[in-house]
Amino acid sequence: MASLKDMRNRIASTKATQKITKAMQMVAAAKLRRAQAAAEAARPYAEHMDKVLRSIAGGVAGLESAPPLLRGTGADRVHLLVVCTAERGLCGPFNSSIVRLAREHASRLMADGKAVKFLCVGRKGYEQLKRLYEQQIVEVIELRGVRTIGFAQARMVGDRIVEHFEKGAFDVCTLFFSRFKSVIAQIPTAQQIIPPVFEGADGNGASYEYEPEEEEILAELLPKNIQVQVFRALLENAASEQGARMSAMDNATRNAGEMIRKQTLTYNRTRQAMITKELIEIISGAEAL
Amino acid sequence: MAEPFAFEIVSPERRLLAGEATEVVVPGGDGYFTVMAGHAPVMSTVKPGVVDVKMADGELRQFFVRGGFADVAPSGFTLLAEQAVALADLAAEDIEGHIRNAEEDLADADTDEKRDKARQTLSQLREVRDALAHMRR
Repeated sequence: MASLKDMRNRIASTKATQKITKAMQMVAAAKLRRAQAAAEAARPYAEHMDKVLRSIAGGVAGLESAPPLLRGTGADRVHLLVVCTAERGLCGPFNSSIVRLAREHASRLMADGKAVKFLCVGRKGYEQLKRLYEQQIVEVIELRGVRTIGFAQARMVGDRIVEHFEKGAFDVCTLFFSRFKSVIAQIPTAQQIIPPVFEGADGNGASYEYEPEEEEILAELLPKNIQVQVFRALLENAASEQGARMSAMDNATRNAGEMIRKQTLTYNRTRQAMITKELIEIISGAEAL
Repeated sequence: MAEPFAFEIVSPERRLLAGEATEVVVPGGDGYFTVMAGHAPVMSTVKPGVVDVKMADGELRQFFVRGGFADVAPSGFTLLAEQAVALADLAAEDIEGHIRNAEEDLADADTDEKRDKARQTLSQLREVRDALAHMRR
């Protein structure tokens, strides 16, 4: 049986762990507020971009001359899955739920005889995917040193995607990330970005003049739209990650509290048992005289 | 007094300006153009340069933008800027930084098309720098 000293040590170490998880929870809460504000601030641009793209795309989509980024390559053979995850763990099921969604998607595609490639953004997703699909991962982008996600990172990722597309490396591109719903609910989401899918009715009927030509604007707009979609995914991800970490750390803190309570109880019992034992020894020793 | 209209500048990271303006001068892809109330709907690319905004209360505000789109709709004018900074917050070194970046882009460009584009951006940035230097003197 563990000695009293061992038990004291164990209680102390559980308390230290509890302090750490508590601190992590508070840090995550502060970061979450910032991430939410960033996601909020990015919304007007993304919404407007979407509107503009819709109104142009509505007129051009059916045409033969539409750029491939809008129309797709016409084939549906090679799929690129862009899996956005976090750089760090200790955030509950956040990373693995995104990876699981991507994996399900991939195995469905492969069952249909399609080829699948991966582009990982974030180290955690790469670590989980490489066990299964090492050969199919075409690129890993780590955002390790990045403290707050800026548009510059999104632009870099977007540019890489477009570059692969222009080389003809894939036909369809799908983005995987976690949509932030609330602190306790983050929904892993798949969104197809090449060719883009427009939900709902498109085209608001306003007739624009274009300057320069529609095609030229589209040629600039489409890659930018991909960057914006990636940016939005990264921001949603950042908020989700902090939300997931917050609730995971809250649980951990509560579990540690429960553990401390149990350990203290055992410790006190053992201590009392030893005192009683010593007393018995002394008394029976005195009686024997 | 000119009629006011709704005007916004948004960058991917945040909304820089939203309010009523009477006159906005934008560096469009095909040259500078001025937007006033009742302008015909236009969609235009924006090249690096300075946007002059005359607010409805008469205040004049200037922004440096680097690339983006101008969307002039009947409901208002939205400038989607890839990067935007209030001119007052922009230091000369920042422009130098942009120019250095553009120079690197030019050096990295592997196709003629990209090289053309990079060269164009670079010359536009230099123009902006010269214009700024001129203005501050």
